[in-house]
Amino acid sequence: MEAIFGIILSAILSQNFILVKFYGICPFMGVSKKIDTALGMGMAVTFVMALASAACYAVNLLLVALDLAYLQTVTFILVIAAIVQVVEMFLKKSVPALYKALGVFLPLITTNCAVLGVVLVNVQNGYNFLLSVINGAAGGLGFTLAIVLFASVRERVNRSECPECFKGFPIALITAGLLALGFMGFSGLKIF
Amino acid sequence: MNFKKQFKEGLLTKNPVTVQLLGMCSTLAITTSLFNGIGMGLSVLVILTCSNILISALRKVIPNQIRIAAYIVIIAGFVTIVDLLLKAFIPALSENLGVFIPLIVVNCIVLGRAEAFASKNTVLASAVDGITQGIGYTVALVIMCVIRELLGSGTFGGGLLNGGEGIRIIPAQFPAMQMVMPVGGFLVLGCVIAGSQWLMKHLEKTSKKKEAVK
Repeated sequence: MEAIFGIILSAILSQNFILVKFYGICPFMGVSKKIDTALGMGMAVTFVMALASAACYAVNLLLVALDLAYLQTVTFILVIAAIVQVVEMFLKKSVPALYKALGVFLPLITTNCAVLGVVLVNVQNGYNFLLSVINGAAGGLGFTLAIVLFASVRERVNRSECPECFKGFPIALITAGLLALGFMGFSGLKIF
Repeated sequence: MNFKKQFKEGLLTKNPVTVQLLGMCSTLAITTSLFNGIGMGLSVLVILTCSNILISALRKVIPNQIRIAAYIVIIAGFVTIVDLLLKAFIPALSENLGVFIPLIVVNCIVLGRAEAFASKNTVLASAVDGITQGIGYTVALVIMCVIRELLGSGTFGGGLLNGGEGIRIIPAQFPAMQMVMPVGGFLVLGCVIAGSQWLMKHLEKTSKKKEAVK
């Protein structure tokens, strides 16, 4: 129980996937111009991360049993691509409203480092099935938290003045840096 | 085909990090010492060149509908090769870079160049593109590393020079630890991109002035 709580807390706050570990910076920068799209992206990533953690745990057992552990990277990325495809088809059929809202971001989740990152971390740390899924879901929630916070700051930053050469991307990165500074404060939270 | 133009594009005007804004994850995460930066840069350079060559060679064979999946499998294959080679021959680097070596698979630079360049150009041009873009990426990483290491640990060339300690430039009690932590990554990359934007505008202005004089 303690381990579960520790994993959840560290994945969301002290080891936040974006602001501390730098997984998934591309969508963090690309999809953070508006709060609602950021939230939708966060939820979709959370779902895919939890699902991918579960699926890749099973696949990894198979790979280890067959003595093919060196194929992990190739296999995991294929599994993730398949999951994203299935999620896309499922949403299109059953929840067309959400499918429309996410649009082009859905297929892009395949190349989100956060998904492959969480799966590789699960395997490296030797988490069991339950811990893997929890780590995936909590990591996704941390991703959502960071991207929504960032989007809400960025909406205001875009309207304010800054030096010419800092316009656009550089100032967004500096903003993210200040957010990361805030999240550094959580690093004292160590359960283990 | 113009090698000089390609080289200039990879290094400055279309630099993968500062202009195309690709592959930010590794740029931010591993640039804490010169050793890591050069190691990561060279790994990406090798993978990018190999995958560009193979994808360009197969560009007429791969059906259009499944090209992205095919590219990812090709890239993942090369990444696995590099990962295993690093584990065998440079274990210290492999340990430092950790999960970011397998994460090169989803590094947008490699997939981006495959889609934007290698799938449309000849093998030779794609190979040159891989090398020049790889050099551009490495240079950007090295600049980040030098700044962050100097401000964060006060040394130069950590992991490489002076028996792995690096040459101390700022006395040990002064450096700001934050610069080698996540915060520093965001701040330094922001400033580096701003600097490159300024430099490019400046170059544009001077070349326009020259034309006006002519």
